[in-house]
Amino acid sequence: MSSCSGGDEKAGMDRRGLLQSAGAFAATILAPGVTLYAFGGGEAEAFQARPPEEPASSRQRWGLLIDLNKCSTGCNACVTACKDYNGWQDTGRADIDPQWIRKVTLKDPQTGVERSAPVMCQHCASPPCVDVCPTGASMKRADGIVLVNKHVCIGCRYCMMACPYKARSFIHEDESDQKVNNPSGKGTVEGCTLCVDRIDAGQRPACVEACAKEGGALIFGDLKDPQSEISQALRKLPSKKLRADLGVDPGVQYANLT
Amino acid sequence: MAQIKFQQLTSASPTFWMLVLAHVVIVAAGLSAALYMETNGHHVTGMTNQIVWGTPHVFAVFLIVSASGALNVASVSSVFSRLAYKPFARLSGILAISLLAGGLAVLVLDLGRPDRLLVAMTTYNFRSIFAWNIYLYTGFMAIVLAYLFSMMDRRVSKMTAVNKTLGWTAFSWRLILTTGTGSIFGFLVARDAVYGGVMAPLFIASSLVYGLAFTVLVLLMMSIETHETLCTREMISKFRGLLIIFSLTVLFLTAILHVSKIYAAPTRAVEAFILRDGGVYPLLFWGGQVFLGNILPLLMLGYMPRAHSKRNTLGLASILFLVGGLAQMYVVILGTQAFPLNIFPGYEVSSTFGDGAFNPYSPSLPEILLGLSGISIAMLIATAAFRLLPFLPHGVPVDAHGVAQEPEEEVAEAGAAA
Amino acid sequence: MRFLSKLLVAVLLLVGAAITLPGGSAGSVLGGSTAWAADEGAGRTPVPHPAHGKGDHCVMPTEFMRRNHMLMMYAHRQDVLVEGIRTTKFNISGCVNCHAVKGEDGQPVSFDDPKHFCRTCHTYAAVQIDCFECHNSKPQASDKSAAKSDDLGADGADAAKMAAFLRETKK
Repeated sequence: MSSCSGGDEKAGMDRRGLLQSAGAFAATILAPGVTLYAFGGGEAEAFQARPPEEPASSRQRWGLLIDLNKCSTGCNACVTACKDYNGWQDTGRADIDPQWIRKVTLKDPQTGVERSAPVMCQHCASPPCVDVCPTGASMKRADGIVLVNKHVCIGCRYCMMACPYKARSFIHEDESDQKVNNPSGKGTVEGCTLCVDRIDAGQRPACVEACAKEGGALIFGDLKDPQSEISQALRKLPSKKLRADLGVDPGVQYANLT
Repeated sequence: MAQIKFQQLTSASPTFWMLVLAHVVIVAAGLSAALYMETNGHHVTGMTNQIVWGTPHVFAVFLIVSASGALNVASVSSVFSRLAYKPFARLSGILAISLLAGGLAVLVLDLGRPDRLLVAMTTYNFRSIFAWNIYLYTGFMAIVLAYLFSMMDRRVSKMTAVNKTLGWTAFSWRLILTTGTGSIFGFLVARDAVYGGVMAPLFIASSLVYGLAFTVLVLLMMSIETHETLCTREMISKFRGLLIIFSLTVLFLTAILHVSKIYAAPTRAVEAFILRDGGVYPLLFWGGQVFLGNILPLLMLGYMPRAHSKRNTLGLASILFLVGGLAQMYVVILGTQAFPLNIFPGYEVSSTFGDGAFNPYSPSLPEILLGLSGISIAMLIATAAFRLLPFLPHGVPVDAHGVAQEPEEEVAEAGAAA
Repeated sequence: MRFLSKLLVAVLLLVGAAITLPGGSAGSVLGGSTAWAADEGAGRTPVPHPAHGKGDHCVMPTEFMRRNHMLMMYAHRQDVLVEGIRTTKFNISGCVNCHAVKGEDGQPVSFDDPKHFCRTCHTYAAVQIDCFECHNSKPQASDKSAAKSDDLGADGADAAKMAAFLRETKK
């Protein structure tokens, strides 16, 4: 971002980047204040949203950094927040319940030490689910968010076979009273959207907002912006991508996972 | 060589109609099951968010793999110019189409949104092996139909070049098709149990066994219906030889698959699960696929008794090959999913979403009915074809004791001609 | 020859089915609006009378909506979901909010009720929609994306954009 050569477009980009980093910076400072508004209706923007008529662009790549040192084993706030916000419904049968995000308990077999890690769609740069989907319903948006276009999903579940993280759920039953922001119905596959509607409105994902009130283990931001909170944190914290050996380049990374 | 004579199926015996009726009942039950699954949602099946492909997929993949193998006999006759197989080429072609239709029907009816089939056929993601397979399957049907036409039309069948070209096209296409089917599993990087290139050749070898077993059984069945021995003694020994070779190939490739995965430390756990600790999966693998599905029929074919009981032995062996095939598909498809994904290597994991746990699965009745109906759909299509057009060869008439009136000389002569 | 003729018949049957099936359903969709106008004049068939929405007019002129709402919704869903364009004017939740029909209990009815705005015509035209298998068919208080009454007007720029879009889709 430092070299500001080239035409107007470049300059515009830089200005946007500046605005965003300013927004992210403000979010860092204001985070406790912002969370006061969370779920209370009119939420403040945590960062500069793009204008509604502008499509998502590859100038950004949204990602999450999960600091396991701050994630406690008993806490389930991110899961509850996601469930509340996106309204994935409890079917009464755990094995067919959709689950966009889950807390996985990790036990080191040698030391017996237990830790906990939230696992959701890892929003890979090369998502296997997108590669295998026959109709293209499984898709990656320009800004790196991996979504299911339920309009063309035929419910073949090949994406669920292909996903290395078990991030997708199939809807086994009729649903009713879906959330406006998350239309969801029987016979299609769904998974974490990184709260794409919130991001487009300049808000952080529901899990991140909820976590900020608890341990603050979740950091959200633009991986392509070196000034963003997540990029700065990534430079400081030793972090890992799950199943990095597969080379799918997840947008979700885990710090202090040893 | 004398003109080969073909016949239509004209049988109206009670056994024939009972069989047709049985198939119709199974198809009706399967369609009702599909409707039930679609209206209620997949929660009425044994499938879950951990086991996403179940019994319908076992049958569907089994039938699709069998379909490409059923074309074998036709390929042997026109690609490898073995005249002895020529009388069975038509039957082999139509059986391939029937089995594929049966398998695809099951696959489509199990979709979460079968009503969106049109979407599946108009919206493609060309990076998906599934999407390639849609082309491979429809292309296979078109090519085999053209191939059948070239065999059955009086004028075109005399054009050796056309027949040969279509024969080669169909043969190459079926190899690619089975490669595609095997790669549906082989390309799953995250699924340790199946990831790897060996899945494609393994599926091709399996297809040769299943397809030929289906062909043999249909021939034996039709021999009863036409009161002629369609499967001559000469062909029995040829089919026997082929089945032995194909089955040994399957065993060999299965061994490679597992030994290579046992050798590599990261996949040792999943192999221990499938081969030793996984409950129903080791049972189906060793007892179903290996023993019942390969070793036993190999022994039966290897030490085949003399005289006309050979025919029954071949039939029984074919049934066993098919049972073994179903067991093999069950282990491949469900065993793979039953074993937990390794997301955090080196940790003991647990969660509310089945992490680190072996995923249970028990097939539900609707799933089984839907799966079985695939076989019945295939058999009904084949039967209808047999009645409409001359697909069946003329065989040797059977005497009152059910013994074929087969002169030994003719066998030897035909063998020499081949 | 017998085989050839049989094959010909089979092929003809298949082609016939292929032409009539999609053609037939497309015909019923296209013919829907003209048949409707004719029947209303003759007064023979019960004609649907969908409830009026809130405000003075829809996001586009009514005639335009009758003919093109499905194309607009299709274009909009691609924009929102695939591209990430978040304009709210053509959101389905806007339709649901503005055209809500109250049932006997005074609460807005869902798509299960024959009185639901979308259902009145779609049942009449026998065009099945699966929107509400996923989307909520009742207005939601929390919905921020519903079109606000002040930007409901079909201004010149929107109309021009829509016309351009329709020209493109008709090619």
